[in-house]
Amino acid sequence: MKLMHCPLNGPRNISEFVCHGEVVAPPDHARCTDAEWAAYVFLHDNQAGVVREWWMHVPTAYWFIAERDTRSDQILRTYRASEMYSARLDLAPNGRAT
Amino acid sequence: MPFGLLLSGLVNGARVGPVLPPAPDLKDAYDVVIIGGGGHGLATAYYLVHDWGISNVAVLDKGYLGGGNTGRNTAIIRSNYLTPEGVRFYDESVRLFQGLSNELDFNILYSERGHLTLAHTDAAVRTMRWRAEVNKHLGVDSELIFPDEIGRLCPELNLSEDVRYPILAALYHGPGAIARHDAVAWGYAAQAARRGVHLHQLTEVTGLEIAGGRIRAVLTNRGRIGCGHAIQAVAGSSSLLAAMAGFRLPIRTVPLQACVSQPLKPFLDLIVVSGSLHVYVSQSDRGELVMGGSTDPYALYSSRSTLDFKESLMAHMLELFPFLAEVKVLRQWAGMADMTPDFAPILGATPVANYWIDAGWGTWGFKATPVCGKRMAEAVGTGKVPGVLAPFALARFDDFRLVGEKGAASVGH
Repeated sequence: MKLMHCPLNGPRNISEFVCHGEVVAPPDHARCTDAEWAAYVFLHDNQAGVVREWWMHVPTAYWFIAERDTRSDQILRTYRASEMYSARLDLAPNGRAT
Repeated sequence: MPFGLLLSGLVNGARVGPVLPPAPDLKDAYDVVIIGGGGHGLATAYYLVHDWGISNVAVLDKGYLGGGNTGRNTAIIRSNYLTPEGVRFYDESVRLFQGLSNELDFNILYSERGHLTLAHTDAAVRTMRWRAEVNKHLGVDSELIFPDEIGRLCPELNLSEDVRYPILAALYHGPGAIARHDAVAWGYAAQAARRGVHLHQLTEVTGLEIAGGRIRAVLTNRGRIGCGHAIQAVAGSSSLLAAMAGFRLPIRTVPLQACVSQPLKPFLDLIVVSGSLHVYVSQSDRGELVMGGSTDPYALYSSRSTLDFKESLMAHMLELFPFLAEVKVLRQWAGMADMTPDFAPILGATPVANYWIDAGWGTWGFKATPVCGKRMAEAVGTGKVPGVLAPFALARFDDFRLVGEKGAASVGH
């Protein structure tokens, strides 16, 4: 059984987690072109090697970041999203009400 | 024991020659370089020379021919998909498969079994009805049947209602078939090589030379190979090659595992699939049950095996066929699948001129081998993407025109 270390819940069976894909900064949706938005939605780097991804522990709905090697299936490090994001991400930077 | 046959073999010195000629020397340049010597690449090479008279072609593979996903799938051939684009495409493939042993003068052990897709929920019954109507509209033999008829077609199936997911109905697709997947690659390879195509194994692409927005050469561990056109047909590693060409793909590489049981006397004529239970199973000519399930839960470039896969697959197998409880698993393996967001392939032109792509083969690649080879060859031969490939263009992701192929094997309903 493969274990993943959840920053909130400790080591748990990997089947309790869901991978939500590469950590990428979203483009400014109000200003970006359709092509930029399409690239953000659909395209992946899909690297063979060390990747940084969003994961979620499903029973607690806890989101965090994991670094793992996609060639060896090794999980190198998991950490709280606050390590990467210290401030709130403003998804409506043009000043519109959210 | 047929001694006469044995004697004839010994006395007449019946010898089987090698299928492929020795590899020729690598040339400095080819009109077309095909990257990936699986079924798709080899079929494309065959149709390039057979249909379009282009014989100055090389097929490169970093390993051996047919050693990737061509030899790792569960060899199911069918065309009962959901979208009209998908049904048309796979129907052409099934028709090509039906005559392929004759065309290639190579027995691909094509075996028409009939294909049952089980529905365990009202939502799945609705989808099966939808698929049946789309299929019939496009001339594909496909119908919705209910437990009485399922029981007549496949008496081995557990039709009891005292299970977690009782069988409510099924989509029956008579032309559903299996074939020997290696033989498909070998047959295409042999016929292509006989017509002058160069097959180069152990030739790994390390880079692409692009100038003025056009492909100029393919760089390999054996040196630079100039080319007029190049085609990438390396499902499982598509994103890595596309990165060399300078563009990204809407693909995640996810392992797809499969296994076979020990050989049993023939009892299962049909191919049985359940999208909700994530099982597909058929019995090979050797008597092994060839079983597959859903793709792995996360992306990986590895063909390792997991206990999770076997546990969930076997639990569901035993719900369908409880009498197999004592049967052992004989072999287990995995391939790397190109999962696209709409469960449809990516075929045709790329942002690089004369660089063609045959990718996005998640759980549906083997059955598309002939049509893909034929139509990709047509694209290169005419410089124009044929209509049957057009809906699967990479550009569909730029303008949000996804295909939504919910008839794919990995999709639950």
